[in-house]
Formats: sequence, C-alpha cells, structure tokens
Amino acid sequence: MSSKIKFISIFCFFVFCFFIFFQSLKESKKYTPKALMDKKIINFKMKQLDSDEIITEKDIFEINKITLLNIWSSWCLPCREEHKYLTELKMNTRLNMVGINYKDKKKNAQNFLSEFGNPYSLILVDDDGKNSINFGAYGVPETFIYNSKKKLIKKIVGPIDLKTFNEIKNILK
Amino acid sequence: MILSQIGYYSLIFVLAISILILFFCFKQLKFLNKNYYSNLINLNFLQFLLVVISFFSLIFSFLNSQFINKTVYENSHTTKPFFYKLSGTWGNHEGSLLLWILVLIIFCLLFLFTSQKKEKKYLTLTLLFQQIIILGFLIFTLVTSNPFDIIFPIPNEGLGLNPILQDPALAVHPPILYIGYVGCSIIFSSSLAALISQNINGNWASHIKKWAIISWIFLTVGIMLGSIWAYYELGWGGFWFWDPVENVSLMPWLTLTALIHSLAVIEKKSQLKGWVIILSISTFVLSVAGTFLVRSGILNSIHTFANDPQRGIFILIFLFLLIFLSLVIFFKFHKQDLNINKITLTNDLSILINNWFMMYFLSVVLIGTIYPIFLEVINDTKISVGPPFFNKLISIFLIPFLLFMGFGASLGWLKSNFQKIYFQNVVLFFISITISSYLFLFIGDKGLFLSLIMGGSIYLFLATIRDLIKRNKQNLSQRISHFGFSLLVLSILFNSIFSEEYNFNLSVGEKFKLEKESIFFKNISMTNDKNFKKVEGVFLIKSNNNKDIILKPQLRIYNQPVIITSEADILSTLYSDNFIVMNKIDDSNMFNIRYQKKPLMIWIWISTIIIALGGTLTFFKYRK
Repeated sequence: MSSKIKFISIFCFFVFCFFIFFQSLKESKKYTPKALMDKKIINFKMKQLDSDEIITEKDIFEINKITLLNIWSSWCLPCREEHKYLTELKMNTRLNMVGINYKDKKKNAQNFLSEFGNPYSLILVDDDGKNSINFGAYGVPETFIYNSKKKLIKKIVGPIDLKTFNEIKNILK
Repeated sequence: MILSQIGYYSLIFVLAISILILFFCFKQLKFLNKNYYSNLINLNFLQFLLVVISFFSLIFSFLNSQFINKTVYENSHTTKPFFYKLSGTWGNHEGSLLLWILVLIIFCLLFLFTSQKKEKKYLTLTLLFQQIIILGFLIFTLVTSNPFDIIFPIPNEGLGLNPILQDPALAVHPPILYIGYVGCSIIFSSSLAALISQNINGNWASHIKKWAIISWIFLTVGIMLGSIWAYYELGWGGFWFWDPVENVSLMPWLTLTALIHSLAVIEKKSQLKGWVIILSISTFVLSVAGTFLVRSGILNSIHTFANDPQRGIFILIFLFLLIFLSLVIFFKFHKQDLNINKITLTNDLSILINNWFMMYFLSVVLIGTIYPIFLEVINDTKISVGPPFFNKLISIFLIPFLLFMGFGASLGWLKSNFQKIYFQNVVLFFISITISSYLFLFIGDKGLFLSLIMGGSIYLFLATIRDLIKRNKQNLSQRISHFGFSLLVLSILFNSIFSEEYNFNLSVGEKFKLEKESIFFKNISMTNDKNFKKVEGVFLIKSNNNKDIILKPQLRIYNQPVIITSEADILSTLYSDNFIVMNKIDDSNMFNIRYQKKPLMIWIWISTIIIALGGTLTFFKYRK
C-alpha cells in the first residue's frame, strides 16, 4: 500500500515538472543584443541596384518616417518566407523600407524581385558583404529599424515571422 | 545533392532496422526457448554500417562545402580551415544529434559483442530498451532536425561556424562528452533489464561497472575540455561559471560517481540494490534532461543553440516518457532486500556517506539550475542564480565531505583496525590544521571558514598521499583517483583564494604600475589570417625580480559570420598562470586591459587528468 502511495506521489511530482517545463517552453527567450540599441546608423557608401548612383547613410532617411533596413539575398531561403510580411508592411505610409542586397548577383536579385514583388523604396548593393558586417549583421535575413532620429530601435536576427511582424506594426502605431 | 540523399535515406533505413530489432526483441522475449540472437547481432551490425554511411556523408558534405545541404550552409564556409570544417559537422544541433545516434548504436553493438555469455532474457531486454532510446532520437532527428535538408537554389557561400566554437578543445569536447552521456544509456537499459529479469547481483555489478567507468572517464574528460575552452577562449579568466550548461554536464557526473561507488558495495555484499537502480536511471535521465535544457532554448546561456519550441517539446515528451517508463518498471519489479545486513563502520558506510554528499551536491546544482524556470512560470519573475549561491551551499558541506573522504577511504571492507586508523587520521588532521593556520597567518586574515576548508583539503591531500604510497597494490586505481581529486580541490582553493585581478585602461606606449610589477603596452599590429583579421597587442610585464614576460593578447574580427572575439594570452607555469585580455573601448584609442595572476591553474587540469587516469586503470583491471 505504501509503495502505491509513493508511486503516485512521485508520479504526480514528475507530471507537475512536465507542465512547468512545457509552459516555460512556450515563452520565447529570443532577445536583441543590447549593445547596438540606441546607436546612430553607421556611415556607408553603397551603389543602388538599378543605377550606379552612390547612396550614403544621409540619403536613406525620410522626414518623420520610421526606416526599416532589410538585408536580403536571392539565394537566401528564409528571405522568401519573410517577403510576404515585407510586402504587407509596404502599405504602411509611416514606414520607409530600404533593402540591402547581400552578396548577390544583379540578375538573380532582379529576378527575385520580379517574381515576388519589390517592397523597397530603395535598394542598395553590398556585393562583398562588408557594409552589412559593419551594421552588425550576423547573416541574411536581418532587419534593422531606425526611428526618425536615425537611432536603432529594433533589430531582428533571422526572418520576420508573425510575432515580429506584429511588433513592427506596434512600433508604427 | 547525392551525398545528402545517401545520408538521408540511410538514416531512414536505420530507423526501419530499429523497428525490426524491436520486433525481434519482443519475439525473443515471447519465445525464450528459440534463439534469435544471431539475427539481432546481424541487424545491429547493419544498423551500425548504415549510420556510419549517413554520418560520413554529412562529414563529406562539410569537407566539400556542399551548400545545397542546409546544415552545411548554415554552419560552414569555404574559407574555413579543414579542421573546423570537420568539427563543424557536430558543432551544430542537427549534426550533433546524428553524432549522438552514431555513438548510441556503436555502444549498443559493443554491448552485444562483449556480453554474449549473459542470460538471454537480460540481454534481449537491454537491447530492447537501448533500441527504444535509439528510436526516440531517430524520430526526433528526422522530424524536427534533419541534418540533410536541402536548399534550392544552391547558395554560393555558407554562413559560417560561430567563431567562438572555433577552438581545438571545443572541437573534440562534444564527441567526448557524448560518449560519456551515451555510455549512461547502456547503464540505464541494462539496469532496467536486470531489474525485470531479477538479475541484480554482484555479477551484474561487475559487468555494468565497466560501462559506468567508461562513461565516467569520458564525462570527466569532456567536462574538463569544456572548462579548458571556457578558460582559454571565452576570456573571462575563470574555468567554471556555474553556467546552466556546465551544471547540466556536472549532474550526471555526480550521480555516476555515486553509482560507481555503490556498485562496489553490490559487488562485495549484495546490498543497496534499489539505490543502484535509482542511480542508474537518474544518470541517464539527467543526461537527456541536459540535452533538453541545452537544445530547447529554455535557458539563456552561451551554449544554447537555435531556439525551436517544437524541438523542445519533443525532447520534453521523450524525457518524461523515459522517466515514467522507468518509474513503472521500478515500482513493479523492485522488491525490498530481505536480509539487510547491518551496516557497520566499514567501507560501505563511508560509501553511503559519500552517496549522501553526492546527492546533496546534485540537489544544489539541480535546484540552482531549474529553479529560475519554475519561478518564471509560477510567479512570472525572472531571476538568475549565480555563482555565490552554488559556492556558498557547496563549500559549507565541503568541509565534512573532505574529512569523510580522507577517513572513509582508509577503512577496510570487512573489519578494520579501528584504533590504528583513528590515530593516524587524527594526527594527519592536526598537521593539516596547523599548516592551514600558518598559511593564513602568513598571508593575513582570511577568515575562519576558509582556513577550515583549507585545513580539510590539506588533510585529504595528506591522507590520499598516505594511501597512495601504501605498499599493497589493492585498489591502486581508486587511490590514484582520490589523490587526483584532493589535488583538484586544493588547486581550486589556492586558485580562488590567491588569484589577483587588475582592470585598467591603457593606450599604446603607456605603462601601468602594480604593487610588484609594471605592465607596459609596447605596440599593436594588425594582420590578416585565413578567416579572421587579427589585432595583436604586445605587453611587457616587468616584475621586481627581473623576470620579464611578454604577452600578446588578440582581438579577432571573424569574417563569416562577423563576430569580434578577444583571445586572451596566457603564460602557464607550474606555479601560476599570467592571463591578459584586451578589449577596444569605443570612440577612443584606449584599450581595456584585464590582467590576472592565477596560482596553480595548470594543476586543475593535471589533477582532472589524474582522476580520469585512475578510472582508466580500473577499466583495464575489469577487462581482465
């Protein structure tokens, strides 16, 4: 009899543990490195995708708009997944979207945009990836959001998903 | 393309064979008079071949930089040196799971080959449990983390292996630790099998002790390598941070250590049966729990791989299935020992006490690691449990532990000449207390508590040396391990009490004066290496006794992915380590310098090797 009670109590204890862990798994532990936050955008010079015009960090911002900088590439699989969110964000008039085409071939990049649509108001070319590196990007895709004072307020490592999409929408409110 | 497919399909065949083996196991259990044993061995061998093919196709994908494979694309780069391309294979979640499966199957095969003479029912049951574990991991790998996923179009270049992981110690650390973990799976399966077939006796204990010791050796070395990596690569100037992932590797080590000691009791006296089973089960369960905590991203730590809740839920369910399975089996088949001999003041009492201490240390580590998770769920508050918690709770019990360990190991198995041993130990104890108090008088007051711990560890050190130089060859391996352990405790103590750390800012050409030394920042140079840019500073350290040291710490700017790491430069001698690390301060030409002197650092590694060496000797003794 006592063995049964022991068994049941131990069993219940582990069931309890299971639910605690299960609950804890649901809460995301992703976070943005704090070091980059509130920093001003770095200086850069990049060519445009469709023309040879040189663009610097001063040219990408528009007055009273939030600027979203998205690093993408035609060969990057997750970039395709996040593209639908970018296309939807394009509708928002408070947002200015700039793409940085990372280590890509011009032709492939253009094919990508004609296939999936172009959400960006401006596309810069970063063939050797150096500029993205200077931004503090780990890889593609990565998204940087700057406020109207040109300060970084959010960084998303990896593709934009439904959750981060909603967070961006909240920023735009 | 072709490599990925070979790898993927062979893995599926491995899964099919696993199911087939399970089927034969059930058949064998049903018809005990028939013999399916050769079938089982053949199937296992086939399974082994297929998993090797699968593993090698992943390795070749990495070596040839085949970026069509998603795992390769995410974790490798063409400019990576050969060695890190190779270690990239298991430096990521998917590849390391494949490695885990490979080792599981190899161990299963080895077990079958080495224990053919054992009873059929026991063997089949062990195989059954082992294959259940293999099956679980196979399904997990194929469903949530397939290492052979394909990307199309093929990217030109990979994303690179995290530079922090590009270190020789870390390249071999996971495989070695895995061998340790997986060895525990054999102990788990075998103890459940022995429980069902009512086979727990001295014979079984000697048989399973080999596996326990093998796993223990690999766990010890694996933990040490991780710690070496943390010391040399992370540049934090310590070797143990009570990081959740470190804790997770320590927990199975504690239970395994307790298990090895308790197995000795069963071998000689057929006692502690239930306890041994509980230890065997919890060792493996803790290993899987470790995998869960590391891989699910439930904890924030430097080690956590990509977070994917689906993976976490899968391992969680698998983990608790294992727990419930073993609970049911334990309560159904375990019977209380009927003729419990009185436990006397001999070696088995000291082993029992050892076990209590191990359990205490285990619960401290366990609670410290998972308490924050519980609190966050129940109370929605975030806390982090840091080193002070562990240090405080463990050091208090360390004093009696050290004393018992020195005393207990000198007791004989059956009868001891109590008075003689008693006298010897008391004398040793007083000698060590005297040494310790002199030491503290010499360097100034550091408190009663520290001098007691120091006294205890000096006592253990002397006692183990006394045991080590005894004439008789009996238990030599145990004495070596105990000696290693006492050396470890002593060097950790010296290291933590007498370490000096200085933190200051310097620019090139400046000098910083310490009490006995001066540090001169001579110059700085920049060079390009194969996959990173290197900024190297040269520091000249002049001490009063005219021994000059030159240290060259580096900053490395890796190109794929871009991460800046600081490489410490360390000069190790037998007495102490000089450790220097520099960091650039933004918007100025100053560098932040951290200079540390760590006495007896190298002895921490040496003593761990001695501990493992003792284990190795035992292993060879048991092979005979």
